[in-house]
Amino acid sequence: MRKNTSIAIIASIIVVVIGLAYFTARPILNNLQLGLDLKGGLHVVLLADEKEGQEVSSDTIQKAIGVLRNRIDSLGVKEPIIYPQGKNRIVIEIAGINDPEQAVNIIKNTAQLEFRDENGKVLVTGKDLKDAQASPGTGANDASVDLEFNDAGAKLFAAATAANVDKPIAIVIDNKVVSAPTVDEPIPSGKAQIHGNFTPEEAQNLAVLLRSGALPVSFSIMEKRTVGPTLGADSLDLSVKAGIIGLIAILLFMMGYYLLPGLVASISMVLYSILVLGVMALMGSVLTLPGIAGFVLSIGMAVDANIIIYEHIKEELRFGKTLKAAIESGFARAFWTIFDSNLTTLIAAVVLIWFGTGPIKGFAVTLSIGIIASMVVALTFTRYLLVLFADITKKNKLYGV
Amino acid sequence: MQFIEKRKWFYIFSLLVIIPGIISMFVQGFNLGIDFKGGSMLRYKMDASVSAPAVTKTINDLNLVKEVSVQKSDNEFYIRTNELTQEQTKTITDTLKAQYKSAELQSAESVGATIGGELIRNAFLAILVALVLMLIYITFRFEWTFGLAAVLALFHDVVIVCGLFSLFQWEVNSAFIAAILTIIGYSINDTIVIFDRVRENLRMKKKDALPALLNRSIMQTMNRSVNTVLTVLMPLITLLIFGGGTIKVFVMTLLIGFLFGAYSSICVASPIYYEIKQRG
Repeated sequence: MRKNTSIAIIASIIVVVIGLAYFTARPILNNLQLGLDLKGGLHVVLLADEKEGQEVSSDTIQKAIGVLRNRIDSLGVKEPIIYPQGKNRIVIEIAGINDPEQAVNIIKNTAQLEFRDENGKVLVTGKDLKDAQASPGTGANDASVDLEFNDAGAKLFAAATAANVDKPIAIVIDNKVVSAPTVDEPIPSGKAQIHGNFTPEEAQNLAVLLRSGALPVSFSIMEKRTVGPTLGADSLDLSVKAGIIGLIAILLFMMGYYLLPGLVASISMVLYSILVLGVMALMGSVLTLPGIAGFVLSIGMAVDANIIIYEHIKEELRFGKTLKAAIESGFARAFWTIFDSNLTTLIAAVVLIWFGTGPIKGFAVTLSIGIIASMVVALTFTRYLLVLFADITKKNKLYGV
Repeated sequence: MQFIEKRKWFYIFSLLVIIPGIISMFVQGFNLGIDFKGGSMLRYKMDASVSAPAVTKTINDLNLVKEVSVQKSDNEFYIRTNELTQEQTKTITDTLKAQYKSAELQSAESVGATIGGELIRNAFLAILVALVLMLIYITFRFEWTFGLAAVLALFHDVVIVCGLFSLFQWEVNSAFIAAILTIIGYSINDTIVIFDRVRENLRMKKKDALPALLNRSIMQTMNRSVNTVLTVLMPLITLLIFGGGTIKVFVMTLLIGFLFGAYSSICVASPIYYEIKQRG
């Protein structure tokens, strides 16, 4: 009777685990955030250029982040990650864009727009802009940017043009003169146009920069990584394929060497993989190549937990214990081995999360999740399954003894 | 097997690997990647018939960069230079596209020198703190002698891998750091499992002499040690066979690390523990 119940429970567990794997695979893969090295994209660290008498405060950085966010949003990318680092740095991460180099061009310009008279006196600045739109023009380098000032800007601009009739007004962006048209008559409408041999694309970029406003300080690029989408996809496909084949090899080895417990380990490993990847997807942590290394190591440790348990059980069986007793004392002895060895590694991993940046952090997060999941699965699920199997068959041979 | 009695041979083997590595570290140092010393790395896909020297010449003719080295693997070209600006990167890309058919920029990385310094400092600090905390935990759960032996064995692995990287002038980049961390994680885990068995055997009423007890503990855990390292190697070997270009060096480092990690847990950690016990 008990045997039949156990068979039924085991069968339903297997069905549930396989079903879980089947139905969660898609949503997990879709929700798993992939790092730039896998997905392609852009990682930039900007350093605020501190000039004398112009200290960079956290307020300046926050303002700059606001401006950068506007600019990046105009690229139409999903969920850019922008955050301050230290006192005077900004980190920007954008995943899955087609032309990351183009994005850098949008980010790095200060975009300080000024209208100056002949003597270099600043008349109106980009601060008073209401809108900027690109118009494509007719020729190849004939695109222009149409500006519209707000009320204050329109007044300033009207006064400036009135004062400079028949004289040139220079349009200066980031201290470079883009064009210097001569004023024919005063312009009260608050509208202006910049021509500067722009290609339609350049005009588009400039319009974006002017619309989102100037950065409060200029920034230089400290670190920049761009990965094209093809490279990202190549690495990912290959790594996923390799990962799956590797996992299957492990399962075959476990079943070949440990027989029945090996089968239990295989079911546990599938559950383990769902758990780790699922938690990562839920936590929104980012999977990178070093992260995959962490995952590989944690799979190794999860299998190791199983191996430790089975070796202990085999030993107990050789001492002549009954199967149930061997499983009980095997687990009792394996518990502290697994606990101590995994906790030591977990200590190292947590320290790395604390101190590490970038690749180190990615590695440590995956490893930590993996270690905890492996202990939970091995000490509860695997144990329960083994006891169930012990109800069905008591042949020591199936346990490799 | 008499691991403790034969420990001299293990020491000799380890020293044979460690000493050339240490000499190399002092003589030729490391081949630091841009992550550490700053600079730019551009990666292009081009027709496989294009030669690396030809690309080097094309770039040198631009009179744009101070140092350039081009490395080719099939249709992938890795170009390392001093730190490039956005405009310089664009010029190089445009030139290569004009000159060679189907040239395509795959990735571009530029790192300022300061970032590299920070990465090294953070990594060192992290590893140091991790070692101290592990030592404390092992002392608390076992005994300080075990902790010291485990950490020394760990140090042994790290020195070996660093030495090999210097000896063969493999590039030291952030993947290298991840690999070193993996080795630390694995090696300590592996060592603790064996020490756990030693601890268990030490608690038994009928005790052998220490060398025999250590040998027995190593043998009792041998199946597990071998099987675990085998299972860890399986996904690595598949990654080595199927993985893309970037991941290969990384996987190689992991492979070497796991092998030496397993070796040191079995052949080095327990003998060191024995040495400490003899003297303590």
